[in-house]
Amino acid sequence: MFESIILAGFGGQGILLAGRLLALAGMKEGKHVTWLPSYGPEMRGGTANCMVIISNEPIGSPIVTFPNTLFIFNQPSLEKFLPKLLPGGLLIYDSSLVNYNSSRKDIDLVAIPATRLSVDIGDQRVANLIMLGAYVARKGFPSTEKMLSALKETLGEKKASMFEINERAFRKGLTYGKEA
Amino acid sequence: MAEKLLMKGNEVLAEAAVRAGCRYFFGYPITPQNEIPEYMSWRLPEVGGVYLQAESEVAAINMVFGAAGAGARVLISSSGPGISLMQEGISYIAAAELPCVIINVSRGGPGLGGILPAQSDYFQATRGGGHGDYHLIVLAPHTLQEAFDLTVLAFDLADKYRNPVMIYADGFIGQMMEPVELRDPIDLSTLPPKPWAITGAKGRERNLIKTLYLEGDKLEAHNFRLKRKYDEIVRNEVRYELYMMDDADFAIAAYGTSARIAKTAVKVLRDKGIKVGVIRPITLFPFPYSVYESFANQLKYILVVEMSMGQLIYDVEYSVKGKVPVGLLPHAGGIAPTHEEIVSRILERVESRGDQR
Amino acid sequence: MKLVFSRPKSMFDRQTHYCPGCGHGIVHRIIGEVIDELDIRERTVGVAPVGCAVLIYDYINCDMYEAAHGRAPAVATGCKRVHPDLIVFTYQGDGDLASIGISEIIHAANRGEKITTIFINNAVYGMTGGQMAPTTLPGQRTTTSPSGRTPDKEGYPIKICEMLSILDGSAYIARGSLASPQKILQVKRYIKKAFETQIKGLGFSLVEVLSMCPTNWGLPPAKAQKWVEERMEALYPIGEFKMPKEG
Repeated sequence: MFESIILAGFGGQGILLAGRLLALAGMKEGKHVTWLPSYGPEMRGGTANCMVIISNEPIGSPIVTFPNTLFIFNQPSLEKFLPKLLPGGLLIYDSSLVNYNSSRKDIDLVAIPATRLSVDIGDQRVANLIMLGAYVARKGFPSTEKMLSALKETLGEKKASMFEINERAFRKGLTYGKEA
Repeated sequence: MAEKLLMKGNEVLAEAAVRAGCRYFFGYPITPQNEIPEYMSWRLPEVGGVYLQAESEVAAINMVFGAAGAGARVLISSSGPGISLMQEGISYIAAAELPCVIINVSRGGPGLGGILPAQSDYFQATRGGGHGDYHLIVLAPHTLQEAFDLTVLAFDLADKYRNPVMIYADGFIGQMMEPVELRDPIDLSTLPPKPWAITGAKGRERNLIKTLYLEGDKLEAHNFRLKRKYDEIVRNEVRYELYMMDDADFAIAAYGTSARIAKTAVKVLRDKGIKVGVIRPITLFPFPYSVYESFANQLKYILVVEMSMGQLIYDVEYSVKGKVPVGLLPHAGGIAPTHEEIVSRILERVESRGDQR
Repeated sequence: MKLVFSRPKSMFDRQTHYCPGCGHGIVHRIIGEVIDELDIRERTVGVAPVGCAVLIYDYINCDMYEAAHGRAPAVATGCKRVHPDLIVFTYQGDGDLASIGISEIIHAANRGEKITTIFINNAVYGMTGGQMAPTTLPGQRTTTSPSGRTPDKEGYPIKICEMLSILDGSAYIARGSLASPQKILQVKRYIKKAFETQIKGLGFSLVEVLSMCPTNWGLPPAKAQKWVEERMEALYPIGEFKMPKEG
């Protein structure tokens, strides 16, 4: 497998964390992984994105120019990154915030109202986990077990109390993704 | 085998230093290396060390002079503009033959430039950087595992040659995450003694750490002594990687992140049947001149890929001495070369030149 | 016969390279005597400046560094942090400390770095040949203020003791003068107290010494000493500016 992923949205939407969780779960699956954040002027401008590669082979460039999976958390990111998504690629977007207005038909599309669902759960900050759930539902990878183990490890002891709500969000995305 | 951890490059560099026995860090914040001082500020006290945020890079490097002179394993890190401010101190450290490790998580210049990754401090790193005749040993990791391993090696080389060693990383290496296997911490008691260090003149002649030689013949002798040391480093410490070079007609010369990108390009090109490889310097000083030279007769073309405007190419051209054409793919300002660009540059060459030399 | 005068044990048996009437030799000797009296030679570390006194390590027999211009407090900090039990002092002139090294000295003092600084103020750059220093007096002629320092153009003399005294990290700050034997004895008391402040771990200590540079002032030694008393002390009052708060 060679998964080249871009996750993009506003700062504060947990974009970097979602990318880290994917990379960590990928590592736990025995794959080679890289994670690369944007830390430049964009970060200061309130948008955030990161690039994740999960691969069977050692990874050369950690830079993703043309992703085969795109997580989109806001409208400007859709406009910026959709043209770069490879044909046959997967687009997962938060349909509570993003209006899909492209005519592209050569991609796999998952629209999930992640923000609305996260409000139902009780914390808007977990929309990122809902998106990840939808991804795992679509790809069957990484396993739920590895994703939750990555979540537990990343939250650590300090934020252990956040595990339960994040797990609920992940499972919600998983269910939604399977039904979609 | 130890468990692999997913870590950020800057944290890998910091943890590697701690495990290599570094107990002192002096620094000043600058992007994109801030995770190093942040990490050290909690990690060093944990192992009985000292983290001190200096008032400037100028002060920080002179604190390193003091701590290295006192016999400690000591680390300092910065990026472009901060490394420039340290050049005075680095020259003194090299002149006084004090061991220390300097990390440059480099960003784009000149001037304030930007905070995005670049490799534009190559000349500064490999030619000394400050005033006077001297060299740093310069190590350029291209993965985070290598960043860990080379940082540990850096402390050993620094002590062995009593010379400052620079880890020349770039912003990508500093900011990215990748699985890393951390080696066990060294046993500090196994480190060789430093009889020259400042420890208080108890029961011995006093020690003096100085760089002033007013008489010309004494200064020249000092310079010759340093040169003999650099020559020894050149003989012993050249490190490089040959990636798919055995049957290569074309080579890409690149280090650090550029070399990773080049490897991706090689895979794509090999799938198209083009015999291409990468010659990657791991030590930028000493540079693997003879390695490039040894391939000069085999190769039709060398493409130098660097995140700078043509610095590495000087050393590549010096190596092959006109025996093979050398081209340049430069980028700057945080724009990394893409493997697609590299592929098309090599393809252009394949098509336009055929098999001609 | 009773021995009434001898070289301090912590000094090398060597003639200094300083000009006749220069104050450095006097202060070197005071430091040697203080190190002897406190019996700390084997755990004392000196940091030499850039300037005439760079060769202080040729005279004082303890572990020593030679620092870059102005950076002695940073070098001393690095050493002291590695070896907190050593007694670390810097010896710096006015160009070194009050001009190029002003940042390093202020921050070392402000951190309460447990080091001792001996600051020689002779109102001129000595080694480079008599150029204007940050401490040069208004009206004083130097090779780079040939018609005399004018505050309007070159600014005012900088008062280090006054500045450093207000920092929370400084523990003992004093200014003495080499203008007379009595004042030289006072300087010795100050320097001893500065070292004691460090030994007790009470914080940063500094003694400024108003000193003569007959060569660059163009004055014979005796007149130079008088100039210190009449002109320099008028601008730079001597005395103790800040006393350590005992544990």
